[in-house]
Amino acid sequence: MLASELLAQWMPINASRHGHQVDNLINVIHVFMAVLFVGWGIFFVYCLTRFRARPGRRANPELISAKGSKYAEIGVAVFEAVLLLGFSMPAWAAYKNDFPDKEKALQVRVVAQQFAWNFHYPGPDGVFGKTDYKYNDETSNPIGLDPSDPAGKDDVVSINNLYVEKDRPVILLLSSKDVIHCFWVPAMRVKQDVVPGMAIPIWFEPVETGEYDITCAQLCGNNHFKMAGRCHVVDRKGFEDWMKRQKLTVEPIDAEEDFRE
Amino acid sequence: MEMSIPYQYKAHPVTGIPNGKFAMWLFLASEVMLFGALFSSYVMLRYNAPEWPHGYTLLNVPLATVNTMVLITSSVSMVMAWAQLKMGNFARGRMYLWVTVLLACGFLVVKYFEYSHKFHLGIYPSKSTFYAVYFTMTGLHGLHVVGGIIAIAYLAGPGASLWHRNPDFYANRVENTGLYWHFVDLVWIFLFPSLYLI
Amino acid sequence: MSGDHHSHGHSHASHAQHAPGFWRSYVFSVDHKVIGVQYAVTALVFLFIGYSLIMIMRWQLAYPGKEIPLLGELLSKQLYSGFQNLASGGVLLPEGYNALGAMHGTIMVFLGIVPLAVGGFGNYVMPLQIGAPDMAFPRLNMLSYWVFLPGGLIMLASFFLPGGAAQSGWTSYAPLAVINFGQTAWLVGMIFLITSSLLGSINFIVTIAHLRARGLSMYRLPFFVWAQLVTAFLLLLAFPPLEAAGILQLMDRVAGTSFFMPSGLVISGKAAEWTGGGSPLLWQHLFWFLAHPEVYVLILPAMGIVAEVIANNTRKPLWGYRSMVYAAVFLGFMSFIVWAHHMFMTGMSTKMSTFFQATTMIISIPSVIILTALVISLWGGSIRFNTPMLFATAFLPMFAIGGLTGLPLGLTTSDIHLHDTYYVIGHFHYVVAPGTIFAMFAGIYYWFPKVTGRKMSETLGKIHFWPTFICMNLIFFPMLIQGMGGLSRRTYDPQVYEAGQALAATLHKVITHSAYLMAAFQVPFIINFFRSIWAGEKVSQNPWHATTLEWAAPSPPPHGNFVGEPVVYRDPYVYSPVGRSDDYLPQFVGPEV
Repeated sequence: MLASELLAQWMPINASRHGHQVDNLINVIHVFMAVLFVGWGIFFVYCLTRFRARPGRRANPELISAKGSKYAEIGVAVFEAVLLLGFSMPAWAAYKNDFPDKEKALQVRVVAQQFAWNFHYPGPDGVFGKTDYKYNDETSNPIGLDPSDPAGKDDVVSINNLYVEKDRPVILLLSSKDVIHCFWVPAMRVKQDVVPGMAIPIWFEPVETGEYDITCAQLCGNNHFKMAGRCHVVDRKGFEDWMKRQKLTVEPIDAEEDFRE
Repeated sequence: MEMSIPYQYKAHPVTGIPNGKFAMWLFLASEVMLFGALFSSYVMLRYNAPEWPHGYTLLNVPLATVNTMVLITSSVSMVMAWAQLKMGNFARGRMYLWVTVLLACGFLVVKYFEYSHKFHLGIYPSKSTFYAVYFTMTGLHGLHVVGGIIAIAYLAGPGASLWHRNPDFYANRVENTGLYWHFVDLVWIFLFPSLYLI
Repeated sequence: MSGDHHSHGHSHASHAQHAPGFWRSYVFSVDHKVIGVQYAVTALVFLFIGYSLIMIMRWQLAYPGKEIPLLGELLSKQLYSGFQNLASGGVLLPEGYNALGAMHGTIMVFLGIVPLAVGGFGNYVMPLQIGAPDMAFPRLNMLSYWVFLPGGLIMLASFFLPGGAAQSGWTSYAPLAVINFGQTAWLVGMIFLITSSLLGSINFIVTIAHLRARGLSMYRLPFFVWAQLVTAFLLLLAFPPLEAAGILQLMDRVAGTSFFMPSGLVISGKAAEWTGGGSPLLWQHLFWFLAHPEVYVLILPAMGIVAEVIANNTRKPLWGYRSMVYAAVFLGFMSFIVWAHHMFMTGMSTKMSTFFQATTMIISIPSVIILTALVISLWGGSIRFNTPMLFATAFLPMFAIGGLTGLPLGLTTSDIHLHDTYYVIGHFHYVVAPGTIFAMFAGIYYWFPKVTGRKMSETLGKIHFWPTFICMNLIFFPMLIQGMGGLSRRTYDPQVYEAGQALAATLHKVITHSAYLMAAFQVPFIINFFRSIWAGEKVSQNPWHATTLEWAAPSPPPHGNFVGEPVVYRDPYVYSPVGRSDDYLPQFVGPEV
């Protein structure tokens, strides 16, 4: 449809498998909005010109019949129900509930903070090391990995750069260290508030290689505007190469040290 | 004002009540929303908490029970005041107003003991969400009690001169203040079990 | 006009020696008309201030990192040691940008529009339109203004605090708002403003219920009064949860409680001092429970004004008056159960989001009904295009765009892309700026003759209208495009991301310069407004040949409003009646005429 092409030129590229559902709905709604606006608009402009005050002409006090507008109103309500039940709810349900198989998916924990994204990979053993905020150190251990947990020894923490594999679903578990942030990858059509005190899972499947912006979409302080990350979609080999290049970025610290000082 | 506002103390034919009473009911509706929001917050915080202490393990139930009786009695004395005024007994009515004020002050005195005991032990609102809820809700309720005391004392004291100019108007004001006072009592009747007993 | 006397409960002969002084007549007056003007003038000043804030921000958006012309040095001044200024070296700082942003929103909504629409127009016009001598509680009315003003001044004063003004958005989400600067003053200011609102809304409802003139049944009320009635109920019932939330956030900040602070927070590398156990989402629920009905508070009085001006200038009765009334009441009810559509991205269950999507879709229906009824009201009319009518008719397509752009935001799937982008800013500004503010302008031009006995200049009015209308669209339509492109809101430097470069960067320049141009074209309005008070064309009591009760009073109305008791004989919009030579028959003209 012409309308969908019009909007597509203004929207970011869609690089995820489910993204077209979001775009479809946006396009359909805007066609609907345009139809309503043009419809109203024509009637409106017609009235303003046809019924201008003219000398000798009096207004007609009779009110026109309600039938036309009643049917139009019902039509609007019905179409909105279609949008809701036919488009939004199924797509949203899939987005919220149809998580990919944990075996096949790449799982990454995302720990947001003022003003950076920490991406925690489980490493070759596939098990996330335990974390606790009391192990937190801003420079050497921003996600608070427990140094005594063996599962954490091969974990990888990447700051601001999220590497994912093309055609492999990703499950992200989002949490925040301080205030509410919002994890948004416009090209992947995923957006999720990151609320401290909650661990919220989301998923997507990248289908195009490339580099895409990760934006923070909830005001989180002075440097909210540059809490930027990059989502790198690479093929399997590229991903494995990248993983191999990551050193364990977390230095073990003395757990008894009181880090509150 | 030299122009008079209609229905200041006469009942409106449609609603059946004067302006002041309608206003008080509307105000109470907004107060329901205010305390309702606080109660809802309490429910949300308690429901989502991994653990939450029983109020009776941390708070003084006997003292609060006394306070509940005090407040209920003060509601009774408030009604008595209004009844006496409607029957034309100004002195009796005024006396009951002062009784209400006295009982309300008694409520606050007990609250003072409750709070200062906690502060003495280093327990402040910041100690836990339980105490945050306890102090904030009873504190806001306490402020409403103070407001009530000021209003009732005004009516019993300087405001009583209105009786001599317009007894109906005065009785209405006492009645409306009574509505407010019953509401304050009612809030406590919800607060007491939900904070102290469960 | 004569001043007030202490309430005695029965009328006296007028006291010759009670000549009211200046203070009792113009400052501490209990006359609803004086209070209405006080509210309106104060609100217009706040609107001007709020607009100035955004003009500063717009420079940074169009020219990130560049020195602000004219004001850069002033904003960089260190007023005292420890003061956090808005700019440094003439360039706006991120914390300054956030402070201006939070305060722009707060000032425009709570200190600008609501006091103007409700405190100003509602106070002045409603008692006249129902034939009342004043509000039910004149002293309460005065009190509500004098609680509003300190609240506003506290808000402004917060700019001069050490940490600066509130910087966490007008939405003040916890935990950010709990740990950030300027918030305590904001919360205290809000408590004043909410209290003022509550006092006012009680007064409005009792007045409309009890003080209507003889013959003025509810279905003969002008639509403006219905709109104010529903608005008053929204203010009465929706504000208290925000007051509660404000108290809780104040406790978190000042008393160290953890209503909104969860456990385990690490802020800038240090463990947070709150014990935890709280919920940030609790703040959002309480906030939006008010803030959604609040937006209907912003639009309903505007629809009321537009309805009055359209009926008057089409010389026809309003089409669908009863439908509009039912729609307004239904809108009021529904507005209480849509709030979480502002929270779709917080991780809520599909059950909850389904409920709120459904209620959001449903609430669009009464809005559509009211808009459609107003548009159909034009059919068959004899339309006069004076300045109030220009603004009132322009309201219609502008509100349509605003309302329509709410649809993709109200459905979760499309909201994934559009939430927290410039699309949202474009959406709500279309409704409030060329929407509500146009209605406010219409109301000012329309009722100016009633308040002053003089008309504003039509020429200056048209010079005001046309550029403003064009600029409004140049400012807010590009935002819809920017949002579609993925540009995040509340972004100090939009060019950090791809979405903020190229087209969006160009559009930012277009928007900024249109905003400055629009500011310039408010000057004819300001000149017109002040000049016409003293030198405007003197007019009769009912210069627009209108039918509603306020036009039965002298211009300006005296204390007590009407000469003799006003009586209502018919519906509010009997225009162009068959068999009469006049094209209008006011409500207050007897049947024997």
